[in-house]
Amino acid sequence: MSLLDVRDLHVSFPTTDGLVQAVRGLSFSVDAGHTLAIVGESGSGKTVSTQAILGLTPDADISGRALFEGVDLLQLTQEQLRRLRGAEISVIFQDPLTSLHPLYKIGWQIAELILVHDDSATKKQARERAIELLGLVGIPHPAKRVDDYPHQFSGGMRQRAMIAMALALNPKLIVADEPTTALDATVQAQILDLIGRLQREFDIALILITHDLGVVADVADEVLVMYAGRPVERADRRTIYYRPHHPYTKGLLESLPGSTGARKGRLTPIPGQPPSLIAVPSGCAFHPRCRYAMPVCSAEQPPLAHVTGDLPDHASACWLPHEAVGLGEHAEEIRLEISGREPDAVSDQESRRGRAAG
Amino acid sequence: MPLVEMTDLVKHFPVNEGTLLKRTVGQVHAVDGVSLTLRQGETLGLVGETGCGKSTLARCLAGLHPVTSGRIVFAGRDITNLSRKAMRPVRREVQMIFQDPYGSLNPRRRVGSIIADPLVIHKIPGDRRKAVQDLMERVGLNPEHYNRFPAEFSGGQRQRIGVARALALRPKLIICDEPVSALDVSIQAQILNLLKDLQDEFGLTYLFIAHDLQVVRHVSDRIAVMYLGKIAELAPDLYEHPLHPYTNALLSATAVADPDARRRRIILRGDVPSPIAPPSGCRFHPRCPKARELCAQQEPRLEGNSHQFSCHFPVRPGGSL
Repeated sequence: MSLLDVRDLHVSFPTTDGLVQAVRGLSFSVDAGHTLAIVGESGSGKTVSTQAILGLTPDADISGRALFEGVDLLQLTQEQLRRLRGAEISVIFQDPLTSLHPLYKIGWQIAELILVHDDSATKKQARERAIELLGLVGIPHPAKRVDDYPHQFSGGMRQRAMIAMALALNPKLIVADEPTTALDATVQAQILDLIGRLQREFDIALILITHDLGVVADVADEVLVMYAGRPVERADRRTIYYRPHHPYTKGLLESLPGSTGARKGRLTPIPGQPPSLIAVPSGCAFHPRCRYAMPVCSAEQPPLAHVTGDLPDHASACWLPHEAVGLGEHAEEIRLEISGREPDAVSDQESRRGRAAG
Repeated sequence: MPLVEMTDLVKHFPVNEGTLLKRTVGQVHAVDGVSLTLRQGETLGLVGETGCGKSTLARCLAGLHPVTSGRIVFAGRDITNLSRKAMRPVRREVQMIFQDPYGSLNPRRRVGSIIADPLVIHKIPGDRRKAVQDLMERVGLNPEHYNRFPAEFSGGQRQRIGVARALALRPKLIICDEPVSALDVSIQAQILNLLKDLQDEFGLTYLFIAHDLQVVRHVSDRIAVMYLGKIAELAPDLYEHPLHPYTNALLSATAVADPDARRRRIILRGDVPSPIAPPSGCRFHPRCPKARELCAQQEPRLEGNSHQFSCHFPVRPGGSL
């Protein structure tokens, strides 16, 4: 049984402009010790979905199931969720400066977390554990730095302190929401290294939410790509990068500089803009930006279905046939044939559409 | 003749203490002796971590900060610390595109008037409305959206507005300070293509600042790496043949979107030291895996011609640390 099993999650926010459908049917599961990366651009619902599960979206309408060790998190009271957060499931946010209280010492903040969740712990024990944790995440001279305030730490050290806090109560699952986005490359490498090491050491499941496909390529076991609140593709890491099926996944990879090996030349962006979540396009939400869009794409929403092959866990929500998998020429021919597009007409139309929409 | 020639450029910011009697207790060595040339029509990429001085350098070049010492020559003319009035004609030639497409556009003004600003300030005669609509068309915005407010545009479209504004005066040099780092990947590629097209069309020279090494590699003809206010290395094929251990570490730390890419990360110790009291000798020596005694004592000079580097013990080409 998976540690966390999310089924058909829907999250929406009523606003004066209309109902914002942030998550529209998301299912995924994470096993102990594994890393699931949820990838998507701004507004794809990647952050909202995990926040909703953890009870951090008070104004949202939520439906679906989120079984954590067999218990449905969506049925728990706020108080029960509060006991769970931090202890069983902890969260690392993007910006460590706003997640730490500026007026309390780092060590106090870690000790406080331990004391709140563990009635048997004394203040002295909690402080010692805080020092131990700071040492574990690589803060030099932890016994001294434990009495520092957040502003006395650098960005990388603050993120280390956040990780120390996330580890404080030996959680089974850590949700890391863009944990390295605010950090420089050399510090990002340190932090990813640290998270990976601790995860292996303590057998923690990790949900990594990010837009950075470089980070995903580095650490994920499984990757879930989201677009406009729905999962569009799910597979192991290598399959996502080398044999993507969904045109959106393919488009993301192709718009990266350096990934196609084409230096100096032009990049291949996805034309247009992500849709509004108040008026989501009919059928497949990606169809207005998709170069292979067929009549069925705007009429009917494709299910997240298994892609034929020897990979049982590769699923994609696209009407293109399952042979149209991968980045090679053969797959491209199939895609163009099925969608009835000529290669040249495609690029023409793409540039026109790019201009009109952009 | 190079378009821009910066010689021994230094920019220090005073650190003040005390509430009533302010006294200067130190200097932030933001830019500390940088010599850099920009050739006509090229894109010079400038990379480095937070606080290395890359944005300060750009702002000095744009005349937004007075420099502490050193010289900036633009198109054969010394523009170091010119008065506001004397700087004005230079500003027509040097424009900036900023990182934050949300913060750099006044939310209460219409897009048409934002883009027209440079034309108004520099008293350019002619049909402004038509000029602005031509610009909007050129950067891929719908000219009919002339009367809309910035809030009605997405992040990518706002960055296009910033590009149109920078382009209005037909400048020679555009300084792009992290122009795509706030944008989603699919939109980022749209803007990078636009910048490339405009460069080809108008013969623009770019100083392109970014922390994303893949983006910089894609757009740049030459790449300079800064560390604590100094140029560590500058080369056209920097990524293939890094000589400075810092460049090497920076490149190895970059996450590449390829699961099978060879990953031999060089994890640097500690953080970037404070630019208020930079380390002695080579500024990278406290974190350098190759540092020897000499590195703490003597500062290496920037050597070489087409491939410049400042290191006593450079990484051997093809070798490892």
